[in-house]
Amino acid sequence: MTGDILNSSMLIFKKDLKSELRTRYVINSLLMFVLVTISVIRFALGDEKTENELLTGLLWISIFFSTSNGLSRTFVKEEERETSIALKLSSDSTAVLTGKLLFNLVLSFALNILILILFILITDYSVKNVSGFLITVIIGNFGLVSASTIIAAIISKANSKGTLYPVLSFPVLLPLLITVINATKLASLGVGTEKLYGEIIILVSYTIVITVVSYMLFRFVWED
Amino acid sequence: MSNVEIVCNKLSKSFSGKSIFKNLDLKISAKESLTVTGRNGTGKSTLVKVLAGLILQSKGSILINENNLALQKEKWFAKTGLLSPYFNLYDELTGFENLDFFYKLKSNGKEKSGNEEKVNSLLNEVNLFDKKNEQVKNYSSGMKQRLKLAFAVINKPDILFMDEPRSNLDKYGIEIMNRIALDHKERGILIIATNDEEDKQLCDKSLNIEDYK
Repeated sequence: MTGDILNSSMLIFKKDLKSELRTRYVINSLLMFVLVTISVIRFALGDEKTENELLTGLLWISIFFSTSNGLSRTFVKEEERETSIALKLSSDSTAVLTGKLLFNLVLSFALNILILILFILITDYSVKNVSGFLITVIIGNFGLVSASTIIAAIISKANSKGTLYPVLSFPVLLPLLITVINATKLASLGVGTEKLYGEIIILVSYTIVITVVSYMLFRFVWED
Repeated sequence: MSNVEIVCNKLSKSFSGKSIFKNLDLKISAKESLTVTGRNGTGKSTLVKVLAGLILQSKGSILINENNLALQKEKWFAKTGLLSPYFNLYDELTGFENLDFFYKLKSNGKEKSGNEEKVNSLLNEVNLFDKKNEQVKNYSSGMKQRLKLAFAVINKPDILFMDEPRSNLDKYGIEIMNRIALDHKERGILIIATNDEEDKQLCDKSLNIEDYK
């Protein structure tokens, strides 16, 4: 049974990847969004020396808005192009959510690597505790993707998709964002990974809770 | 022959308090067929969606029984096939890729030997074999309808729902559709939502949705 769901999830993931590489429905707009955001940050900062506290906030603003812009489209695309019924008729809801989560994870990690590289290149952002920084960014990303995917599924059924996403996502993502911004800021300033333990536990717990809730809720969202 | 039956009891559907149909009782077994008729906007497609499990009824019950045992709702989709104007297949995939993807999904993601032959044979049946490697976005509306017809029967469903099946089909497409519908009727349940006289002749029973207002 679990094997069947995993097989179906991989099929959906591969289909989404193939579909995205052919249509560039999300990739092109996200690349432009990232380039514009990073350029605006560069112009806004000018030649001034900026502290890591502020730069960490700017980094997460770029990550949050880019992710929101991209991840919300996975389900919206299925609804707008009227393909969701064929998918619903052919697969279990758990497999659909897992496939979409996998696709969003790959998209989000690729996007965030790009943002990090560009951000470090154009600002004076330096990270003193690299391992702690990467751990918090990676776990934060898992939480962000998990929450964004279920919110995307919910808003895909609504008429005003564009406006509903930020309204729903902000309160849900707020605990994650506060924690991950604080943790990455501390790591960038050189605080040891063992001292980030509290933040890491919160991030892991948030990710587990939101993922479990997503799997419990999704069937009702998808099959209604 | 399948041992599946659909049993509806006092089925009602309303949207925002407006009744679409109410108190509909229906029992239909394998090798039986039904046309759902009624003027445009009277609820034929809504009834098909409710019976297919795509939307919930407002009142009443629907059971899909197999060997006299009610199936769990999660298993319904494995037993049904649907051809309708309100969904599309993936435009950016080829005809073959679409059917291959859905065939594997309906087989719970398992790679089976003979997948490719099965998909090719189905594409041949709906006369799309020559165009199987073209993206669906390049298909005409009639070709897309024939691909959806292949999608509807890809898992050899016990229950086949056809909503306005002639949409966009030319006379050759209609012949293919008739052949598939008659073939299905030999073993399963066939339900067609239509107002077309020739479609009505494909089925044994008829239900006018306007009688349930």
